[in-house]
Amino acid sequence: FPLPHWSRTRTTSGEPGGEREREREGERRRWTRRQAAMIPQSSLPSHIASGPHVSPFTNSNAGLQADHRSEDIHVPANAASVPFAVAPSTEHAEVNLGEPRKHTTSPYVTGNSVLAIKYKEGVLMACDMLGAYGSTKRYKSVQRVFKVNETTIVGASGEISDFQYISNLLEELTTQDFCYDDGCTLSPKEIHAYLCRVLYNRRNKMDPLWNSLVVAGVDTAGESFIGSVGMLGTSYTDSHVATSFGNYLSRPLFREFQRDDMSLEEAIALMQEALRVLFYRDKTSINKFILAKVSGGEGVAISKPFALDTKWDLKAFVNPSKHAVGSW
Amino acid sequence: AMATSAMVGQGEVLTGTTIMACTFDGGVVLGADSRTSSGNYVANKVADKITKVCDKVYLCRSGSAAHTQAVAGYANLYLNQHAIELGEKGVSVKSAATIVKEIAYTNKEWMNAGMIVAGWDKAQGGQVFAVPMGGTLMEVPFAVGGSGSIYINAFVDKNWRAGMTRDECKAFVRKAVSLAISRDGSSGGVIRTVTVDAAGQNKEMVPGDQVARYQDEHLPTLGSNAPIFT
Repeated sequence: FPLPHWSRTRTTSGEPGGEREREREGERRRWTRRQAAMIPQSSLPSHIASGPHVSPFTNSNAGLQADHRSEDIHVPANAASVPFAVAPSTEHAEVNLGEPRKHTTSPYVTGNSVLAIKYKEGVLMACDMLGAYGSTKRYKSVQRVFKVNETTIVGASGEISDFQYISNLLEELTTQDFCYDDGCTLSPKEIHAYLCRVLYNRRNKMDPLWNSLVVAGVDTAGESFIGSVGMLGTSYTDSHVATSFGNYLSRPLFREFQRDDMSLEEAIALMQEALRVLFYRDKTSINKFILAKVSGGEGVAISKPFALDTKWDLKAFVNPSKHAVGSW
Repeated sequence: AMATSAMVGQGEVLTGTTIMACTFDGGVVLGADSRTSSGNYVANKVADKITKVCDKVYLCRSGSAAHTQAVAGYANLYLNQHAIELGEKGVSVKSAATIVKEIAYTNKEWMNAGMIVAGWDKAQGGQVFAVPMGGTLMEVPFAVGGSGSIYINAFVDKNWRAGMTRDECKAFVRKAVSLAISRDGSSGGVIRTVTVDAAGQNKEMVPGDQVARYQDEHLPTLGSNAPIFT
């Protein structure tokens, strides 16, 4: 099984960094001396640690990039060769190459809570389908759960464009697995570990991926897994997990009622209660949800969108200020 | 909608605007107003915010005029190269939208651009893709954007339906943009529409004096025969 890419600090020639270091040095020499002096020394060959977010399929120095099938699929040959990146003007000193850049300082199109619980045969994840734009409920068919492979699903809250980028990274990992064709696929635990490193390293560059992710699945040995990673790199695993408002509204319900040996029906009922309270009490939410489950025998299943009943016919709701006119 | 005024300084040229694109049975109709403002000054009252990026695919631009013009330029460059490689097959709308998204997402820190990519290709027919600020890519049956879009969200939600004819769709787009112009100071001028379908692409304009006017705006124009003072 290939080593994770971040463990490679030496090339086959044994020099730290090796070819990649030399290329980067070459790039740096073209910058001014002032700027070069501010560049932090980084020998981690990971695009995550040393450059702006880059598509792994950058191929501008194809001759130097040896075997495309190596595990360095996520390492670009030339960190400066970011496709589509417009190099910022350095004359105005707004951006100093080598200093931490402030990137996503505020999210635009966002998703709200993702919930996940373990049940007897596997794991169940749920979220709504809204992409909010500030307070505006702008896009109402956003799919916030991504199927990585037959054992794992990833749900995201936060900035949708960053989630689309993460989905791309995960798809490339899965493609890599497929090409190896060795009977091994990434387990949920490994995908969680990978995403922890991605998010933590981006946070260290002051360029976070503005997401709270939930990784859930059942590995080939039948073991259920639910893990959470935040935009600061904070991560943990548990039997039940929620992001955003779900932390405050849904997790108390999970603490009370979730058991690792619940049946699927019980789990769905509990999840519906949790989703309902989110719809009542989270202002940027809509009554349009999906459920996704991963179970030991049957792999991944993602439901069609559905709505929940809500109760508005309590007598006290009709005229709340009846006994205290003028109040609310 | 929340983007423009809070985040950019006075003086930067903006297409504070109303843009929309809408699928119908057989193609898409794109629509936009024509006002480019620089602070309170109308820098261009007859701007063209619907830009062609490749054959049968157009881009509606809102946000900073400079940023979106640059994006359109780059997209045009890459798509022309792509079209040469594809030959007869033609560039898909999804490819065009993905290129626009890549530029918007990669440069998200310094871009102020909300865009809509819409067009027609042989494989999938008429499609509309929204690329709002931040660089998310969403395929949608219709999309509205720009500062004026907030005033017509409810209108388009209520009145869009699947399977409209070309003329119904064009009338729908024109009505929506005129309603937005009626309330949004950053939108105005003429209403431009581009209709793209299997047969071709058709660019039209409703002149400013013929744009529909609504509540409290109906006035006879000076120069009509009726005397002003009675």
